[in-house]
Amino acid sequence: MDPELIKDCVHCGFCLPACPTYTLWGEEMDSPRGRIHLMKQHVEGTPLTPEMAGHFDACLGCMACVTACPSGVKYDVLIESARAEVERVHERPPADRAFRALVFSLFPYPRRLRALRLPLRLAERITPRLRPLLERLDPRLAAMAELAPPVARPIWLPPRIAARGRRRAVVGMLTGCVQAEFFPRVNAATARVLAMEGCDVVIPPGQGCCGALSVHSGRAEEAARFARRTIETFERAGVDTVIVNAAGCGSSTKEYAELLSADPAWAGRAGALRFLDFAEFLAELGPAAERHPLPMTVAYHDACHLAHAQGIRAQPRALLGAVPGLELREVPDAAMCCGSAGTYNLFQPEAARELGDRKAEQVLTVGADLLVSANPGCTMQIASAARRHGEHVQVAHTAEVLDASLRALSPKTLTRPPKPSTPRSDPSLEPAPIPASGPALDPASGPGPGRGDAGTGTVGGERAR
Amino acid sequence: MTPALAGLAGRLKTILGPGGVITDPVRLRTYECDGLAYHRATPAIVVLPETTEQVAAVVRACDETGTPFVARGSGTGLSGGALPRTDGVLIVTSRMRRIIEIDVAGRRAVVEPGVTNLAITEAARPYGYYYAPDPSSQQICSIGGNVAENSGGAHCLKYGFTVNHVLAIELVAPDGEIVRLDAADPGYDLLGAFIGSEGTLGIATKITVRLSRAPEVVTTLLAAFRDVEAGGRAVSAIIGAGIVPAAIEMMDALAIEAAEAAVRCDYPPGAGAVLIVELDGPSAEVAHQFAQVDRICRDCEAFELRVADDPAERAAIWKGRKSAFAAVGRISPAYLVQDGVVPRTSLPAVLAGIEKLSARYGIRVANVFHAGDGNLHPLVLFDDTEEGAGERAERVSSEILDLCISHGGSITGEHGVGVDKSRYMPKMFTAEDLDTMQLVRCAFDPKGLSNPGKIFPTPRLCGEVPGVRKGVHPLVASGEAEQF
Repeated sequence: MDPELIKDCVHCGFCLPACPTYTLWGEEMDSPRGRIHLMKQHVEGTPLTPEMAGHFDACLGCMACVTACPSGVKYDVLIESARAEVERVHERPPADRAFRALVFSLFPYPRRLRALRLPLRLAERITPRLRPLLERLDPRLAAMAELAPPVARPIWLPPRIAARGRRRAVVGMLTGCVQAEFFPRVNAATARVLAMEGCDVVIPPGQGCCGALSVHSGRAEEAARFARRTIETFERAGVDTVIVNAAGCGSSTKEYAELLSADPAWAGRAGALRFLDFAEFLAELGPAAERHPLPMTVAYHDACHLAHAQGIRAQPRALLGAVPGLELREVPDAAMCCGSAGTYNLFQPEAARELGDRKAEQVLTVGADLLVSANPGCTMQIASAARRHGEHVQVAHTAEVLDASLRALSPKTLTRPPKPSTPRSDPSLEPAPIPASGPALDPASGPGPGRGDAGTGTVGGERAR
Repeated sequence: MTPALAGLAGRLKTILGPGGVITDPVRLRTYECDGLAYHRATPAIVVLPETTEQVAAVVRACDETGTPFVARGSGTGLSGGALPRTDGVLIVTSRMRRIIEIDVAGRRAVVEPGVTNLAITEAARPYGYYYAPDPSSQQICSIGGNVAENSGGAHCLKYGFTVNHVLAIELVAPDGEIVRLDAADPGYDLLGAFIGSEGTLGIATKITVRLSRAPEVVTTLLAAFRDVEAGGRAVSAIIGAGIVPAAIEMMDALAIEAAEAAVRCDYPPGAGAVLIVELDGPSAEVAHQFAQVDRICRDCEAFELRVADDPAERAAIWKGRKSAFAAVGRISPAYLVQDGVVPRTSLPAVLAGIEKLSARYGIRVANVFHAGDGNLHPLVLFDDTEEGAGERAERVSSEILDLCISHGGSITGEHGVGVDKSRYMPKMFTAEDLDTMQLVRCAFDPKGLSNPGKIFPTPRLCGEVPGVRKGVHPLVASGEAEQF
């Protein structure tokens, strides 16, 4: 906790109304200003008490305060160092330690997540009956069971997908851990949209976690390890631009150079790679493929790690707004976190639940056909909050909406997702001919998304079925 | 904690539940100051009541045990008005934030004290109304705090201060009694006495505010001048022409620099001063006045004029001004915000005087002010790690107030006296004046428990004959009271 950064806070309080926990509890020490004051106490010699640690833990890390702060306080840097300090010196109760160990030995590892597939499928049936028991045992376990997404049909992504039409860029794609295992449709849609917009998409197999969960939980060492691995993976793949479709991963990959700043060589390698959010990249690239109408109303939810941490608000709205027939609606109090916040809904289920309820209520007032966000965690959280109140919110990722528009699918494919089925590969994601470099591919030649006629959009898994 | 306070904390927990009482020292310290971090004192106990009845019960407990108490809203005050007492209870209203009623037909809203100023406007907006006073901290400052400090804001030039927009108040008197004051009540204007009493006469627990009809048209003009003097002339000419804009705000070069650094407000480059003039009302009137203001600014050598007609453009112009205070954090490690008032006609002389003070002490001063009503907000910048800089800044800040007083002005326009300016009160008022004010205070708070140590430099015990103090007070001698 850098005292110089702490000094930037002039105690004006402008961050308070932006802070989800202050909004919930109305307590100074659960506001950014109060937490910075606690950090100040600590650097001035007060030992890190369990109370202090509790207030740092209670921070969602949504960074809405960074947006709100007129003094430019780097709260994001401060809270990460405070969390690291908590991990270093604070002795958590055994139950806490065990639960955290479980989460951190599970989520950043796609293979372990994959191993959970069967137990989760079984649990889907019995969770409702198990819930009271879990709640009694530990509310966090109940939260984990409740949040577990429906088991998705895995979609195999080839290591390289050729651009459709004239190639405009070659990009890498981060598949993520939770995204890859639980939301494979989002990754498939991302790859398809990028290809249809004229990008060769390089998807190195065996990608691990980007380190977001670790860095946002004060586990800097672990995060640095994941970061170095991710950098190496994409260096080997020979790309310099990497597209990220999950907000939390996007913000952590953009901060690799800072995370690895202790080692100039690694910081330099991190700086040489350009990580970009999906919507940010497409807005920069400009549209090429034809947008087909999607007559539906869409509410857009700002994921905190996209809006606050990366300042990306306009781009996804512009992308969605440019789809013919799509009416984009704003959610009231859009800057407020939904309570998902990475692992927050696992570690702080009560607060997360309350924030989720508030957000779901706001989303329902919009009355849209579909809720769109760049972070599956958010949409899962909001959908599950709505479910608790007997309401249904249909969710999708920005990439899925664009994918549907580019492939001329019906809005129904977004509002009525197919049931899980047996694993198979997506016919629209056939590997590119190798080597995929060279002159722009003829739109009608070769397998993969390049095949078919750009004007009629006859390519695509769902439509083909 | 003393045994007496520990006993009180136990009693408060029975009133509020354990979640409503804070006694952990680390947590307590986060409440040690409000928006004016210069003054600090860690409270003995913090309570977070949720209802009027809880506030009344807490105050009764304080009254019975002779414990001083201080009310606090969002903790954004700039005069240390919510500075806690180390031997007392801090009553925080941040959990009392329900909007009880929006009465469109009656053009009023009933709210709890912890509701933010902006939240009232947001709740009224769908009906075409808003709450007029708009302090720069409106997104977070609480309406209870606004009542305590009689807060103003950029638009009070035309629309008046909090006192002009509060219709009734339910308050907990310093003995715990729940009292209702209404502007419509005949007799003494006790509501007027209460608003701006800085928490010394009790704690507001329910506030009925006037809602104003949103104007048909709002036009905001940003005029850039080479220097403050030229901008000042424009202000005088606008008011002199009989125009009452909704707001006239000025920022000098240093304040612009800070705002640019903080929010990239993109004001005209090279401006030595910018003037924000906002006109609102019926469209024909605004159009007519706009033409006049435009001409006046050009006559006063404005080198660039920008006009905003829609909310987004207007927000862009205001962004720099509204964030100016906190934004100086970008160009200075520490700063003092001053709040003085001078007659509008003295603005150029006072600004020149401030410049001289700044040069003499080697302390930079950024100026942001409500130019229309002569309310200055000099921001005295210093580096708190530099030996003696804090003292020099304090001296500059204090001499600015002397300057205001010598020009027939006042030591505070809208931030209140609080603890920060109590020592200047004798410069503005005679001992007799101050004694008379004490009589008012004693009528509400005979034991002197409600926010003691604020407003007045040397508060006397109630019942004491005004005049020079002789010997030890009998109540102090008997241990029943404490002299502060």
